[in-house]
Amino acid sequence: MATIAAVIASTHHPFYLRASTATGDDRPPFADEWVAKIEAFRETLTRARPDVLVMVGSDHFHQLWLDNMPQFLIGKAPFYDANYYNEEREFGLPRMGLRGDEELSAYLLRGGIDAGFDLAFSNELRVDHSITCPIITLRPQADLPIVPVYTNIFAPPMPQPKRFVELGQAIRALVEAWPSDKRVAIIGTGHLSLELGGPRQFGPHGPDPEFDRKAVEWIASADLKSALAEVSLDSLWLPGNATHGFMDFMLMMGVAGENVRADYADSLDLFHTMEAYFTWYPEASR
Amino acid sequence: MSKYLIDKFLYTIDRDPELVERYREDPRGTVDWWESERANVILNCPAAERSTWLEFTDAERDALGGHDYVALFELGAHTFLLLTLFIAMFERDYAEPLAFQREFAARLGHWKVPYPDIST
Repeated sequence: MATIAAVIASTHHPFYLRASTATGDDRPPFADEWVAKIEAFRETLTRARPDVLVMVGSDHFHQLWLDNMPQFLIGKAPFYDANYYNEEREFGLPRMGLRGDEELSAYLLRGGIDAGFDLAFSNELRVDHSITCPIITLRPQADLPIVPVYTNIFAPPMPQPKRFVELGQAIRALVEAWPSDKRVAIIGTGHLSLELGGPRQFGPHGPDPEFDRKAVEWIASADLKSALAEVSLDSLWLPGNATHGFMDFMLMMGVAGENVRADYADSLDLFHTMEAYFTWYPEASR
Repeated sequence: MSKYLIDKFLYTIDRDPELVERYREDPRGTVDWWESERANVILNCPAAERSTWLEFTDAERDALGGHDYVALFELGAHTFLLLTLFIAMFERDYAEPLAFQREFAARLGHWKVPYPDIST
C-alpha cells in the first residue's frame, strides 16, 4: 500500500514570490523572516521524500465559472499548465507546468465517487496560484507529479464545512489503501481570516486576529470538534469576507486525523492576512 | 437584479488584457458594447448558441459605466472579481504600494458585516 509521507496544511500567499525575490528598496522589511520560515517549512516536505503530491486548492474564477460550477473536482491529466495572466499581472507569478499522476487521479475519482462524493473531474485543467503557491514555497523545483483537488470556497452556495472534513477523511483513507509503493504527500492550502474587496482589506494584520488565534490552535491540534462547533457557512463571513478558504484547512484537518497534533506548526503575522504552516507525519505514528 | 451578469462582465473583462485597458479608458462605451455583443455569449458554447435573456438593470449599467466600485459592492458583485479588476485598472495611478487597495477599503468604510449578499 502507499505511504502517506506527509500531510501539510498552509496558507497560500500570492505575494511571497515577489517579496522573497525583491532586492534593495523594493524588499519589504518582513521578507527575510518570511523566507526563513518558508525555508524551514519546506524542509518538512523535503525530509518526507515524497514521490507524488496530492494538492488541495481552489480555482479563483479562472477556468471554473458560474455557468458550470463544481463543488469538488479532481484533475485527471498527464500535465497541468499553471498560472494565469491576471496572476502574472497582479502577483508577478510565472507561467509554470506540472506533471500529473493520472493513475492516482483515476483511483481517487473512482474511490471518492464510490465513497459517496459525486466528484467532478477535468481532463484539461490549468491550475492557479492555490496550487502553484505551495509548489513555490514547498517544492520550488516543481519536479513531482501532482493530483489537483479543487474545492469551492468561493461561489455560494458552497458545501458545508463538515463535508470538507469528510472529503479529507476519505482522501486519507483512499491514499492509505492505494495499491502502490509510492510515498504520497497530501498538501492543502487555504486561508485564515481574509478580506478581499471589502472595508477590512489590506490592514496591518488579518481582519480578525482573534479568529486567527483560535484557528491556528484548532489546526495545530486537529481539533475538529471545536472547529465544527464554531464554524458555519454563515459564521465564516464574519472574520472577513474571503474566510471560507478556511474550509480547505478543515479538509486538511480531516486528512490529518481528529485530535492528531501537528508535528510542525508555525505562523507569521503579516499585513492583510496571517500566514500559517503545519505538517504531520502519519508514518511515524503507525 | 442580475448579479450574475455583473460578475460575468467583471470576469470576462479581467481575463483579457485588451479589454482591461478598453474598460479603463472608455467605461460607458465598453459596457454598452459588452452588453450588446457579449452578455449573452455562453462561454463554453459556440457563438451561435447564445442566450437570449441577459441584460443589465439601469443601476447596474450606471455602476459599471461609472467605475463605481462602491455601488457594485452594494449591488452584490463578487468582491474578488471586483477587487482584482479594479486593481488592474487603477493601482498604477497611485505612487505608494497598496494605496489604491487601501482607498478602496476606506471608501467602503461605512459597511459593517453583514455585507451585501454575493450569492448568484
